[in-house]
Amino acid sequence: MAAVASKKGGFLDFFKNLFKRKERVSADAGERNNWKAWLYLAPVIILLAVFTFYPLINTIVIAFLKDYDYTTQVSAGFTFDNFLTVLTLAGKDEAQNLVYKWNTFYSAEAGGYVYQNGAELMKVYFQTDVLKYALPNTMVITFVTVPLSIIIALLISVCLHSIKAFQKIFQTIFFVPYVTNAVAVGMVFAVLFDSKGILNFLFGLGTEFYWIDHAASWGHGMIALCIYIVWHALPYKILIFLSALQNIDKQYYDAAKIDCAGKFKTFMNVTVPMLSPQILYIMITSFIGSFKEYTSVVGLFGSPSTDGGSTKNMYTIVYYVYDCLSGTTTVSRGAAAAVMLFIIIMIFTAIQFQVSKRRVHY
Amino acid sequence: MEYDSRNFIQKLFKMKSREQKQAEREATAEYQSIDTSSMTLVIKEGRANAAQLARAQKIGRIITSVITYSFLLFMSVIILFPFYWMIITSLKNTTEIRANVQTFFPATVLWSNYITVFNTFDFVTYVGNTLIVGVISTIGTLITTILAAFAFARLNFKGKDLIFAILLATMMIPGEMMVITNYITVAKLPWYEFGVGMINGWLGYKDAVFASMIVPFWVSVFYIYLLRQNFKQIPNELYLAAKVDGKSDWQFLWHVMVPLAMPTLISIFILKLMGSWNSYVWPQLVTAGNESWRLVTNGLRSSFSTTSGEPQYGIQMAATILVTVPLLLLFIFFRKYIMKGVGRAGIKG
Repeated sequence: MAAVASKKGGFLDFFKNLFKRKERVSADAGERNNWKAWLYLAPVIILLAVFTFYPLINTIVIAFLKDYDYTTQVSAGFTFDNFLTVLTLAGKDEAQNLVYKWNTFYSAEAGGYVYQNGAELMKVYFQTDVLKYALPNTMVITFVTVPLSIIIALLISVCLHSIKAFQKIFQTIFFVPYVTNAVAVGMVFAVLFDSKGILNFLFGLGTEFYWIDHAASWGHGMIALCIYIVWHALPYKILIFLSALQNIDKQYYDAAKIDCAGKFKTFMNVTVPMLSPQILYIMITSFIGSFKEYTSVVGLFGSPSTDGGSTKNMYTIVYYVYDCLSGTTTVSRGAAAAVMLFIIIMIFTAIQFQVSKRRVHY
Repeated sequence: MEYDSRNFIQKLFKMKSREQKQAEREATAEYQSIDTSSMTLVIKEGRANAAQLARAQKIGRIITSVITYSFLLFMSVIILFPFYWMIITSLKNTTEIRANVQTFFPATVLWSNYITVFNTFDFVTYVGNTLIVGVISTIGTLITTILAAFAFARLNFKGKDLIFAILLATMMIPGEMMVITNYITVAKLPWYEFGVGMINGWLGYKDAVFASMIVPFWVSVFYIYLLRQNFKQIPNELYLAAKVDGKSDWQFLWHVMVPLAMPTLISIFILKLMGSWNSYVWPQLVTAGNESWRLVTNGLRSSFSTTSGEPQYGIQMAATILVTVPLLLLFIFFRKYIMKGVGRAGIKG
């Protein structure tokens, strides 16, 4: 009985129903076994407390700490500099200090601040990279791949739904990319997009047309990356849309037929509204997913750039976060970037929930 | 008296009403000479009659299905082509791969790429590591998931909805927020003495690294949600019957609910195992101390990224196949469970 209320839709409904529901018929009516329930929940709550809730708060704290060293866990107090550094605003002053401390200097060529370490030039801080590459790249990836993959997935699932013969076979084929390894298939796409690879050969672009290597232009790299991300994102969306399509009541289509609605009109006025909860769900999850794009870049390029690592023109926010983890004192910058990512994701999710209030039919 | 504007206008302009016009038409000689007994009724829409319409509809349907099937075929070629190319490339030699004219089938089928992979890429070790990490973290996840899902589905306690909502909300937090602190946390937990490689903790260095790849992943909110939905579908009567038989909640959970929810549990098991096989970021971070502790995906990227000069695509693709094939095999054997488990997210349940 209690299940009925939450049976209506996906877990997004759950939030909406949470505060509406007042009456619940309990499974074991009258008996409240508080302590026993907490015992069952204990493993999950302990693990979540240690590995999710504590980190959430701690990461926010670290983002505000000055010169935090995670090996010793010592910091020089509270500061906003990490956020400013990530957004390049405090870069100059800090570089001055570092010149004094580490023999650091600015290199326009390297696109950031570098320091001399023995015979080797090593880059420590790529303040400019976040604003110049990571943020724009993440935005481009999000706003290109999410709508594109949703539209293609919708088209494919509507086509799949309309056929009878071979439906199962096609369905299986379209699901295969889901069960592949993002890094492994990224490497396959690297072969496909190679200058002497099959795509250049098929489209007659010659062997000097670079997509992913030999300092290929930002646009070419981005196109290859977006194609790969869409390819990899399709199966999940198709699966969700198709099973939702199969659940739509046939009556709506009969009614549309009686009203002499054309195929396109039926699609726009029946199918899309009926799928709106799933479209919203997919939109939210894939927005979050594409803000966190990382393994596809690793798979396709091996490094965050099209020229082997010096410009970082394929940087994403999450790539920056993980790069920050490799240095002992850059962790708080990574934390600051992660907090900013978190805020961006929260804002987008909130906007989508707001829009959904008006647009989504349940 | 009712004022009829139409009559007024008709009178004003001396127009004839429809009835008058019809009566005039019927009065003509042509009209009276029409033989109604030999007439047939023809229903037309536009210019076409019913038979023509049916034919047009049929042709339309055939055209639509041709378009639909060719679109689907075209898309499935795009979906499958990378796999085909991966296999073909793994069987070619480097000169053929780098040739100006690409071939759709290797001129000479070259198996030696695979031998090279087994010699240079420690596939067996990586697979072993992945299986250890995958199986232990999956079993742990299943236990915590079953317990939590049972509490949420069957027990009634204060703050249940609130806690469940908080749990679901954690799914929206980007993992990157957690990774930074967890990286510090696993180093500080008693099993691990960070960085130095000296053992002061409960476990050896290697075991500690493995534990840090396993324990943080013993909980998955999504699977709790999935299993809770499944548990909720089990009828209340079964629970009450078990109570009458004197079974405790614990016995009911393991003897009735778990067997009934087996399909979902299998889905979770497979999806979780696949997740371990595909995990890249976290293992890359915690196994920085020793390459031979890495999981299969990490080994894949690092083994071939440092080759100088022309990339050895043949060997790369052979390694990629070794990583992809187990996943595809799992998919072939457990297609139903995987697709059901994945598809449950967005739909009713």
